[in-house]
Amino acid sequence: MSDQGVVDKSKRQFLTTALTVVGAVGTGYIAVPFLSQMQPSTKAKAAGAPVEIDISKLEKGQLLRAEWRGKPVWILDRPPEILEILATDTAKLADPNSLESKQPESSQNEFRSIKPEIFIAVGLCTHLGCSPTFRPETAPNDLGPDWKGGFFCPCHGSGFDLAGRVVSGVPAPTNLDVPPHRYITETRIIIGEESTEADT
Amino acid sequence: MKKNYVADCSNWVLDRFPLTKLWNDHMAQYYAPRNFNFWYFFGSLALLVLVNQLVTGILLTMNYKPDANLAFDSVEYIMREVPWGWLVRYMHSTGASAFFIVVYLHMFRGLIYGSYKQPRELVWIFGMLLFVALMAEAFMGYLLPWGQMSYWGAQVIISLFSAIPIIGDDLSLWVRGDYVISDATLNRFFAFHVIAIPLILLMLIFLHIVALHEVGSNNPDGIDIKASKDPWGHPVDGIPFHPYYTVKDIVGVSVFLFFFATVLFYMPEMGGYFLEHANFIPADPLATPEHIAPVWYFTPFYAILRAIPDKFAGVIAMGGAIFVLFLLPWLDRSPVKSIRYRGGIYKKAILLFVISFLGLGYLGMQAPTAGATMMARVFTAIYFGFFLLMPIYTRWETTKPVPKRLSEQPTIEDRIPGWVSTAKEMVHEVSVEKDGETVTRTRPSPQGIKTVLIRTAKNLKESLD
Repeated sequence: MSDQGVVDKSKRQFLTTALTVVGAVGTGYIAVPFLSQMQPSTKAKAAGAPVEIDISKLEKGQLLRAEWRGKPVWILDRPPEILEILATDTAKLADPNSLESKQPESSQNEFRSIKPEIFIAVGLCTHLGCSPTFRPETAPNDLGPDWKGGFFCPCHGSGFDLAGRVVSGVPAPTNLDVPPHRYITETRIIIGEESTEADT
Repeated sequence: MKKNYVADCSNWVLDRFPLTKLWNDHMAQYYAPRNFNFWYFFGSLALLVLVNQLVTGILLTMNYKPDANLAFDSVEYIMREVPWGWLVRYMHSTGASAFFIVVYLHMFRGLIYGSYKQPRELVWIFGMLLFVALMAEAFMGYLLPWGQMSYWGAQVIISLFSAIPIIGDDLSLWVRGDYVISDATLNRFFAFHVIAIPLILLMLIFLHIVALHEVGSNNPDGIDIKASKDPWGHPVDGIPFHPYYTVKDIVGVSVFLFFFATVLFYMPEMGGYFLEHANFIPADPLATPEHIAPVWYFTPFYAILRAIPDKFAGVIAMGGAIFVLFLLPWLDRSPVKSIRYRGGIYKKAILLFVISFLGLGYLGMQAPTAGATMMARVFTAIYFGFFLLMPIYTRWETTKPVPKRLSEQPTIEDRIPGWVSTAKEMVHEVSVEKDGETVTRTRPSPQGIKTVLIRTAKNLKESLD
């Protein structure tokens, strides 16, 4: 052959580029199943069924702990004097009207609940997901004289009032999440389902 | 002539595999500076601890069950019913803490002798990647016993991803494989802990050592020993790694094993620092322990996270505290490597850095009170100040002249007479009455102690200039 030993550089460049592009597309295709493998499985997604809770035995000031989607859910019966504090003591709060926080529409009010006295929240700190401790007492030694009862996260020191509203100047960015929930009867609640217009 | 079968056999191999060349390049003819001191034990010790973790880890997987219902009990089963299971498990858990002690000291060595500086930037980068991989390995391993600390520690750390804007929530969901830490998370962490990360670690160690042997080891004087060579082309101040440093490292290994065995047999939980008390309670997704803290080796970074009163900024600061270490070779503008010839500013800066790092480590273990948070903020500022102001203050420092050849340092034998005379200075002879006789007794002398203390303080101040 006459052109033996002569390299057609542009043809070689074209082949190299073509192979690189095809290889990259192939890698992209195989990456999808590999990475999706780590997404929650169908079984994990199905496990998020609603839970029904009986609150007939709940006493004033008592905190009931339930489990929904593997997360702790709190149900707290607040006496009137606490509601009084929640309505007035809002100066130290970061988001008193829950504008930045997650709750169903029916609970977006100053008490963050459908019924003022019954407070329902996901018991996980919105900072890094620890479960805050229930500290209903007023001005305990370790939390200082301004503490009027609330939830305190032992991990990073975020404080919440008894409506789950975060105080300002702590790591937690938003108020505690209120899960979707509705009343079937006066004393039975379903966690995980929104209340519809018909209920209200 | 009689046929030599052994030689034939070895020649057959050597014709096909460069065994002799590898041995010579990396051991018998790898010339290391002759003045390695105490700080140079920790590289080989890290390798020793790695082997310990691999061997005990393989044994543990034979009885451990990565299942949310079985994991906690299978660890107790290993501890109580598997023959010598307690030993293997404690070797693995103590080894994890030992790994970090050794690696922190190894990194500190690099810091004081400038081992990260040109031409060893890549050695440092590979080392930092190793440090990050080691933290991932330790974190994932800590979930496996499925105790309360395992569970809530993982909950906190995985939630860190959710602080990233836009993709954060999906990312943390992808990492967990469920809406909460669950069986899916435990199982994948097991896979990462025993397969993926160990492979990455081994690969990075290979790169770390290849890069090191290409440029040669640094030394406490921070001098390039290849600058002066003998007629055979070997550095005059270098000695072959084998046998000189292999033998020296055996001494280091013996001393290390002495401490390791003491912890292993007498205080395997180290009072709750190596194995936290709350981790002897099975994981409970509904209740966080009253006081949660990560294992000691993460506490400095954890304290930085806690010190920032904003979720995303806190995560950025924690990540930044590790990332800034990667930049060290380019932040340091001093022409001198070793602390022996650097100026007073750097010595004082490094002292402040050590204090703040240890302080953060302590505060990370304590409950988050207002005072502790304030302290953590001060220490965080010093930590970042040390690195980010480095381009400025390392230019100001007045360095000392660096010798051409390695300096002679006094050995322990040389120092002993000095220590003896100092000890004698601090006591004096006193006559006392005993049973009607006058005898002389040696008693501490306040005047002598005062002189010695003043001299020590003066020496200390001088050494910081």
